[in-house]
Amino acid sequence: MKHTLCKLLSGGLAALLLVFSGAGNAVDLTVYTAVEAEDLKRYADTFNQDHPDINIKWVRDSTGIVTAKLMAEKDNPQADIIWGLAATSLLLMKSEGMLDPYKPKGLKNLDPKFYDGDSVPSWVGMDAWVAAVCFNTVEGKKNNLTAPTSWKDLTKPMYKGHVIMPNPNSSGTGFLDVSSWLQIFGEDGGWDYMDALHENIARYTHSGSKPCKLAAAGEIPIGVSFAFRGARSKEAGAPIDIIIPSEGIGWDMEATAIIAGTDKLKAAQTLMDWSITKKAMEMYNTSYPVVGYKNLAKPVKHFPPETLSRMIDNDFEFAANNRKRILAEWQKRYDSKSDPK
Amino acid sequence: MMTSAAQATVQAINTAAPLIRPKTSRDDKIMIGYMLVVGLYLIIALALPLYAMLSKSVSTFYFDLNNFEFQVNNGDGWSAPATAFALNEKLKREKLKREKLQAVQPEQLTTSSDGRLAATVFFPDFSFRGSTRYRIRQINPASSFLVGSRQIVDTEWHEFESNEFRRIYLRASRSTGLDNYRVYFSTPALFLSMKNSLLISLISTLITVSLAFGFAYALARSTMRFKGLFRIIAMAPILVPSLLPGIALVYLFGNQGMLKELLLGESIYGPIGIVIGSVFFTFPHAMIIITTALAISDARLYEAAISLRASRWKTFWTVTIPGARYGLFSAAFVVFNLVITDFGLPKVIGGQYNMLAVDIYKQVIGQQNFEMGAVVSVILLIPALLAFSIDRVVQKKQVAQLSARSVPFEPKPHKQFDAICLIYCVLVTVFIAGLIGVCQYAALIKFWPYDLSLSLNNYNFDVMDGGGWVSWYNSIRLALYTAVAGTIIVFCGAYMVEKTNRFVATRSAFQFLAMMPMAIPGMVLGLAYIFFFNNPANPLNGIYATMGILVVCTVTHFYTVSHLTAVTALKQMDREFESVASSLKQPFYKLLSKVTVPVCLPAVLDISIYLFVNAMTTVSAVIFLYSPDTTLASVAVLNMDDAGDIAPAAAMGMMIFYSNLCARLLHLFVTRKVMRKTQAWRTREGGSD
Repeated sequence: MKHTLCKLLSGGLAALLLVFSGAGNAVDLTVYTAVEAEDLKRYADTFNQDHPDINIKWVRDSTGIVTAKLMAEKDNPQADIIWGLAATSLLLMKSEGMLDPYKPKGLKNLDPKFYDGDSVPSWVGMDAWVAAVCFNTVEGKKNNLTAPTSWKDLTKPMYKGHVIMPNPNSSGTGFLDVSSWLQIFGEDGGWDYMDALHENIARYTHSGSKPCKLAAAGEIPIGVSFAFRGARSKEAGAPIDIIIPSEGIGWDMEATAIIAGTDKLKAAQTLMDWSITKKAMEMYNTSYPVVGYKNLAKPVKHFPPETLSRMIDNDFEFAANNRKRILAEWQKRYDSKSDPK
Repeated sequence: MMTSAAQATVQAINTAAPLIRPKTSRDDKIMIGYMLVVGLYLIIALALPLYAMLSKSVSTFYFDLNNFEFQVNNGDGWSAPATAFALNEKLKREKLKREKLQAVQPEQLTTSSDGRLAATVFFPDFSFRGSTRYRIRQINPASSFLVGSRQIVDTEWHEFESNEFRRIYLRASRSTGLDNYRVYFSTPALFLSMKNSLLISLISTLITVSLAFGFAYALARSTMRFKGLFRIIAMAPILVPSLLPGIALVYLFGNQGMLKELLLGESIYGPIGIVIGSVFFTFPHAMIIITTALAISDARLYEAAISLRASRWKTFWTVTIPGARYGLFSAAFVVFNLVITDFGLPKVIGGQYNMLAVDIYKQVIGQQNFEMGAVVSVILLIPALLAFSIDRVVQKKQVAQLSARSVPFEPKPHKQFDAICLIYCVLVTVFIAGLIGVCQYAALIKFWPYDLSLSLNNYNFDVMDGGGWVSWYNSIRLALYTAVAGTIIVFCGAYMVEKTNRFVATRSAFQFLAMMPMAIPGMVLGLAYIFFFNNPANPLNGIYATMGILVVCTVTHFYTVSHLTAVTALKQMDREFESVASSLKQPFYKLLSKVTVPVCLPAVLDISIYLFVNAMTTVSAVIFLYSPDTTLASVAVLNMDDAGDIAPAAAMGMMIFYSNLCARLLHLFVTRKVMRKTQAWRTREGGSD
């Protein structure tokens, strides 16, 4: 009896020691992210293979909510680093002076499109997510619709009431679509295009991934969304085709940035360095066909091969600095009308 | 009366109170301490956050043209510095001569925290290919400007080539004023939401109150069977989040819906969907109030009507309706408030139809425009406060209808009437149970509508948005904490208000604070909490992003109804208990623990189940406050639906339903036990009450 007690006690003591010694080395890094929920564990595990001493504490939500959270916490940041948030959002934070510029090791391996142009970049890209159209073949056949091949196609009368897209005032993907049309068709042409498209839109959703999910579920034949969502739904067995419109597609990237004022700067820099290594990029490549590392990306199942070549030369700065004006204009044109019948 | 009582208090203090009440002074000190603590709670959890939100809504941003100075060099040396204001004035003057010139208009100067103004607008001849060089500086470091996305905050001169100068954007300075409200009312899209919200709330109120009245009437005035069953099913919507009916409606009437044809081509996404869903989730609230109102009718009035040979129809309009009118009013206001402040339902099924509560979300989450979010919140407060104050006035007018001589109404069998009632109640309960059933069915389908085989895939929450199973576990934790902490806070508060004889002014102030949460939309409260608690200067900043803030917010959000329940229960107890206790020199806490709490135990249990159920289902109050460690099931339903994972959202919604159902059953069981143990005195033999 006494013996067992002794054993138990010493065992407990040893365990306690182990816990404390472990806690002494490990750094808890608070990482804000909008990376897909299903990828989080994989990302953290792969990172920990190389850096077991840094413990990632994820704060994950959709792009809009993470951005709002970071902006709300501007004077009292809770995050140490952002890993996987839209570059457009990071531009917003950079212009508020919220990011700590850092030049990660191996930056030269990256396509210059994929990082901030300043000599010491404030953010560095991981992978690109591209706009795309999800087309439900079963519902398309039922409604006698041919598959669209271009953005202009979507304004054809036959698609009236069969198209759904995200509202740019609630969704970053929606804004990506709008800002890319303004770049593809020019300022005036872009608004003309949206005027025509508006006639065909069944409704605008609040989230960027919903249009594709709705197309996958047959709730609507055509969803303007991003390709990643479509590929995942197709993998799950949805009867959809992912269409990359011929005029070119807008895109944004998931990027990494260190929050100014973090007291775990060293760990944050380690993560930033690692986030652009070949290993990390290969990890992103399992779901995203376009990554920042030059000449590395392999095609990803269900993504059309023309994805990379049709990405437009997206001007992130234009999008960020004109965001308020564009959103106000959009709201004036399309949001003040009541429900389109 | 209040002032005279307050004067008396002052007098009592001035004229050496110990002489008058020598033994209760210690009690009084403890009691006022208690009252202060609970009062302080309400001030911190309610008054201060609301104040923070109000001040946010009047925090404005504008481009201060006088603060920026420019110099131009066309190769012939630098021009004299000119402010942006001076350049703009020049533009206005020259506009008369040159048609295409566009000066910056005064209304363009009002902006949000994220506003940007291109510096090139002040230079009509600007060309990015030109060789002109530009200099810019700000005079005070009150604002800033951007080079691309790099922020410059100093007051030095910065020099740029033409090609770089086009990347210069002026940022806004902070000020205070009503500009945000002006922008709100001059933006048609925002203004329209107000109209929509009012319209939807009125229509839903009308339908819900009529339906609920019919239902309550059938329960009270017929002798049909299955009354208990009907009552239980009609209460079910209270156990689910308000957005669950939205999800059910998508499955029923969406483009792939099972009963799509019934809508005759109309879309469920929009006003129709919002109204049907609103009727569903507000039905039990209206039903409870109206049932209570009908229950206190006096049978003698009906006997009089019969002996006067009044028709059933006439009796209905001259006896039943007038008798229940206060209940109907009350039900209408409660429903109106619930609908206009609800956020989940219009978000899920509202489609294009803009409502105030969704606008707050769009401003805050979609555009990170917190100031405008605060403005919409304040606007949303107005109809809610209005409805609330009218209700208060109406309730005050209500006089006791039950006199000692009243005879409770006993319905008599009437075959035809009973049959109609039965059919009506079956229809209503089929509607309610149907919507919940559809959700459960949808949750079990593998891939609607292409693969209808059953599977549990949709319960695999861990690979989806919303935080996984942990969210459900967190919700249970939140509900338990809220139930326990909330009941204690509310009951103590109510006890202080009801059972103390002094400090009248403090008590009325407290009573006012306790009634306020009823009128505050959850979303407004949540947003106010961000502004208040996330301020690093706030010493309570530590509870931000913890379970603590969720508990505080939820308790506060549902404070009023709990408070009223407690007060009602306490009112049943004669004040003589206090007198007796003090004459026996027993401290009040002994009385509280030995007599008051046991007697009021059923009410205490009612408060805790009310708080529990609401903490499980609330979305609007916590949507801005949850953190990665405290994701919640109700928010997960919203987020999964948002991401397009509608079936898993339904599955999680049903998990909330079952959890609440279990809690409810447990509550029923415990109440029964407790009743037997502590409430035996209520059924003393021969007692007729």
